[in-house]
Amino acid sequence: MANPNYTLYHPKWYRQVVSVWWWLESWRFAKFVLRELTSLFVALFAVVCLWQLRALVHGPAGYAQFLERLRSPTFLVLNALTFAAVLFHALTWFHLAPKAMTVRIGGRRVPDSMIVALNYAAWLVASGAVAWVLLRG
Amino acid sequence: MRRGLTPFLWTLFSAGGTVAALLFPVHLFLTGLAFPLGWVQAPSYDSLLALVRHPLVRLYFFVLISLPLFHGAHRFRYTLYDGLKIKHLTLLIVTVCYGAAVIGTIVAAVTLWNIP
Repeated sequence: MANPNYTLYHPKWYRQVVSVWWWLESWRFAKFVLRELTSLFVALFAVVCLWQLRALVHGPAGYAQFLERLRSPTFLVLNALTFAAVLFHALTWFHLAPKAMTVRIGGRRVPDSMIVALNYAAWLVASGAVAWVLLRG
Repeated sequence: MRRGLTPFLWTLFSAGGTVAALLFPVHLFLTGLAFPLGWVQAPSYDSLLALVRHPLVRLYFFVLISLPLFHGAHRFRYTLYDGLKIKHLTLLIVTVCYGAAVIGTIVAAVTLWNIP
């Protein structure tokens, strides 16, 4: 043999090449990637919350400026987009909850629909409590 | 990436995802849309400050900011792996993603600590 490194079936030759755009092939894949991309919007809103707190530390003028900035068209559009993404995250998260964790009570598996319903109930209660505390003042 | 840290990061991911799912929509709807558009009156500086001064509310805001940051960092890390197929850049991606979450957490802690 001329080439001592020669092997007949090198694993490298059988590697399938997947395009970077593999997730555009079907709606299911696209939905998966969109769901994963909500992570950016979740992080973005966490930063907005942080910004609000920092504005509060800077006194009444800082807080007024924060409220004013949020009224700009840029932030309104961005916040509307973020809201859609966060909502998508919340809904997919609730529906994945029973798949991520099975709950058993008395040896019987709690039905998936029950866990999803409990998530929605917790969501409703939490949202109501937050709105009540924030709007009371 | 040390293997010992991975379960901890997945725990932060799922805790942060739950916090974001339960609490972000209402906060974002009020702060980002209802207040700026004048649908609802935004809380005044004094009332919001009085609220945030309470230790439990400070803890609440710390959790509200920090955990979703780690959730986002973790999920975005895997989005980069799968979406762009750049798993070989692990060290860079991990540093940037979790580094941002750690910085955000520190800034949140310092800010909440310094609220007058």
